[in-house]
Amino acid sequence: MTQRIVIVGGGTGGAVLANRLADKLDLENGEAEIVVINDGPDHVYKPTFLYIPFGKRTVEDASQPLVDLLDRRVDLVIDRVEAIDTSSKQLTMATGDPMPYDYLVLATGSKLAPEEVPGLKEGGHHFYDPEGAARLRDALAEFESGHLVLSVIGVPHMCPAAPLEFVFMADEWLRELGRRDDIEITYTYPIQRIHGLEPVAEWAQPRFDEKGINAETFFNPEEIDAENQVIKTMEGTELDYDLLVAIPPHTGDPMIEAAGLGDNGWVEVDKHTLEAMHAEDVYAIGDTADVPTSKAGSVAHYEAGALADRLVSELHGQVPTDRYGGKTICFIEAGMDEGTFIEFDYERPPEPRPENKFIHWAKLAYNESYWLTARGHM
Amino acid sequence: MSESEYEADVTIDSRGAGCPGPLMDLIGKIKSADAGMVFELQTTDSSSKNDVPEWVEKANHELLDIVDHDDYWSIFVKKS
Repeated sequence: MTQRIVIVGGGTGGAVLANRLADKLDLENGEAEIVVINDGPDHVYKPTFLYIPFGKRTVEDASQPLVDLLDRRVDLVIDRVEAIDTSSKQLTMATGDPMPYDYLVLATGSKLAPEEVPGLKEGGHHFYDPEGAARLRDALAEFESGHLVLSVIGVPHMCPAAPLEFVFMADEWLRELGRRDDIEITYTYPIQRIHGLEPVAEWAQPRFDEKGINAETFFNPEEIDAENQVIKTMEGTELDYDLLVAIPPHTGDPMIEAAGLGDNGWVEVDKHTLEAMHAEDVYAIGDTADVPTSKAGSVAHYEAGALADRLVSELHGQVPTDRYGGKTICFIEAGMDEGTFIEFDYERPPEPRPENKFIHWAKLAYNESYWLTARGHM
Repeated sequence: MSESEYEADVTIDSRGAGCPGPLMDLIGKIKSADAGMVFELQTTDSSSKNDVPEWVEKANHELLDIVDHDDYWSIFVKKS
């Protein structure tokens, strides 16, 4: 009986996993069947969004048709999964018939939930989806003077490097336009330093001082007064702004909590094997997996690699041995033409190195060749 | 191994958590929780013993207990 592996979500995690499995399994002879369910036709590479507000990339650059990236032997279903029944091992679909599975991998990612902070939708911009990034591009183009605030509100959020990248890029971009002297930049962060990773905070702080970027720490916005342009925090402080760029609250898909797999849409999993804690034959990768590292594309990528090996071992009747060790890689832009990167895992903390042009060019080159990763090659 | 008199409604296992780290994990869960809920944050990061109480005080929540286990700490916090 051909085992059906259903992957919900065709983003980085889902695409890499499907392609790696297709490579290792004898699909033509019925060793397994792989189905990817995605709620739209496109595969989106989100790191592109950071470049849109500064006019360096457009929304169109961020996506390609998912069907072009998936192995031909993988079955792509464009539909929305509405519910997961882990006891009968069946998915309820929005438009199609219920889909049974033998193995289920949830790669549903994270969604923006700005409505969790009253006034944020009305008063704040963001660059975390194509529409937000495009709106911010227009707002920034016209912003000539005043107080620009980048506020990290959502905990957790995708790409913990991006808030720092945004202020470093904004600082330099505004200098290039001759506007920086008339614009004050403030960055706010929830904890007592400017980044969750202490080595990154230590790397960034002197650069903030040198570039005249203000920092407000222990700063957790709970309400935005959009009319008077004031941020109000859980800690009882307030900050005025003229242009607010927020990293919004994030949640996972609501069907995950409904299925008893985890709170807020994050699936509780074993951090090495990626198996769901609350159901048999269910796994999660990417943002939706509640593992103690960043919500980052590289995490989805490496998790997919490890999980592909584990699933293939299972299907071959062998004891799986590959594990995900927390490997995470993040590029960090330090301005418009220099960057650094960090690599870490569950055991080793990162060690940022001084930024340079080569690493910046490497990031731009990777942005172009990312589609090879999505195809399972890199 | 010492125990706490407190019982958590929610346990947050942040042992070995790199990014974004134990305090961020706690803040994320507390934000969306009801008042009165008790959280147990499990952390291997020794700086949590200072960071967490500092934030809890600023945000006007209640620090209930810090328990030293063999290879990690449990920090009990109540949302006000």
